[in-house]
Amino acid sequence: MFAATLGGGVFAAEAQRLPAPKSGIAYAGADIRAMQADDFANPGMLWVARGEKLWNTAAGRSNKSCAACHRDAASSMKGIAAGYPRIDVASGKLVNIEGRINRCRERNQSADPLQYESEELLALTAYVAHQSRGMPLAVTADAANRPHLERGREIYYRRQGQMNLACVNCHEQNAGRKLLAETISEGHGNAYPAYRLEWQATGSLHRRLRACYYGVRAVMPAYGSDELLDLELYLARRAAGLTVETPGVRR
Amino acid sequence: MLARIEVPRQARRGEIILLRIAIQHPMETGYRPDNFGRRIAKNVINNLVCRYNGVEVFRAEMGSGMSANPLLQFHALAEASGEFVFEWVDDSGERGSERAAITVSA
Amino acid sequence: MATRRRFLFTLSALAGITLAGGVRAQAPAEREALLRQITGGAAVRPGRVTFDTPELADNGHAVPVRIAVDSPMTAADHVRSITVIAERNPRPIVAKFTLGAYSGRAQVVTRIRLADNQEVLALAQMSDGSYWMGGARVVVTELACLEGG
Repeated sequence: MFAATLGGGVFAAEAQRLPAPKSGIAYAGADIRAMQADDFANPGMLWVARGEKLWNTAAGRSNKSCAACHRDAASSMKGIAAGYPRIDVASGKLVNIEGRINRCRERNQSADPLQYESEELLALTAYVAHQSRGMPLAVTADAANRPHLERGREIYYRRQGQMNLACVNCHEQNAGRKLLAETISEGHGNAYPAYRLEWQATGSLHRRLRACYYGVRAVMPAYGSDELLDLELYLARRAAGLTVETPGVRR
Repeated sequence: MLARIEVPRQARRGEIILLRIAIQHPMETGYRPDNFGRRIAKNVINNLVCRYNGVEVFRAEMGSGMSANPLLQFHALAEASGEFVFEWVDDSGERGSERAAITVSA
Repeated sequence: MATRRRFLFTLSALAGITLAGGVRAQAPAEREALLRQITGGAAVRPGRVTFDTPELADNGHAVPVRIAVDSPMTAADHVRSITVIAERNPRPIVAKFTLGAYSGRAQVVTRIRLADNQEVLALAQMSDGSYWMGGARVVVTELACLEGG
């Protein structure tokens, strides 16, 4: 029944941006909106607070902290996350904030990379992204990232899993409609890392995307995989006009 | 254990002030399995005390029905300048504490 | 718990409804036994306790609650403690908060876990030893999609 109401014009849509994107918080109930709006009640701020401590803690054989080079994150990191994922000039690879932090650890701190979804990497990512809160997403398309954007778009429109659903089927064609006791959101990543009540913890955008793969019974790509990075880039471009909310609160 | 507290820096004598604490803690219920199907042992912050210049003004005895990353908001009557001390312990015996000063004017 | 929640999900999906059942009150005998365990048999009167919580909770993991007790909070007349009870939870006693005249206001805000739709209760003990109780009915809703991430 569900599939029958979908389809049609899926691949016709070329536009990479939504005309008037609405953040997931606009689809949330009053209790979740209140929890996100209150910086003390928002549990995600605990991860931000831990990230601030890590920012100022020396790591690796360099014995340097993030702050040793970048100083005050409130100014040096302001607006940075709004431009990610982006191409890392040295390697030519697409990186998100998690990837950027780990590259910085390896190159500049002589430290081991942090495991994806570890408490430390979530905390640092949340802290860095939080410095851009309120700033509009600013991912641009250029020759270097275009292949990634194209692949991300393909993934977004690709039907997959036992339920044979693409991102666009739920989060665009049925956004705002009810699915059981839930309102389907537009599927933007602007609040991540976010605190989800279901997780009882803060998690990354890749964790959230993997949950969607699981939801449609598709094989989940690995954390930090090219597939999820390309999709993250496409979603950031598609969400142009929204502002960074990290740390968001979601159901 | 990482925690955040909110205590007003200043208050007038006799004023009712709001105190808030949020602690990063999974509040493991003891009913949840890990990825290998093994039950994760119950581990919750079972006791939290807030003292104002050494006098206990609030105590919470808690079980697995309290949410992860617990938030508590309560009140106290501002009487004199001094310090609020929050102390807590979980089932594993791990302890945490936070403190904040307050200036109370007549 | 995950298995049961998935069962609820499946059941509600098949039935085309969002809830597997209405709000169920605990059997009076069980409630009485639980209250006796806390009060030692003292009478429990309805009133003076306000339990604010959403009628429809977004998720059972973190239900925001505000419990307030009507009391002057003076040395002679104040709230000694507030016990939060969720009878359909595996461990019904959620928390006990100890207050006093130094609290100024008998109000506690927190977030609790609810395993099922139920009437949550708050039992307040006053400085004269009397017990008062208030409650609220909560329906716990769930996400539509399975979570395996």
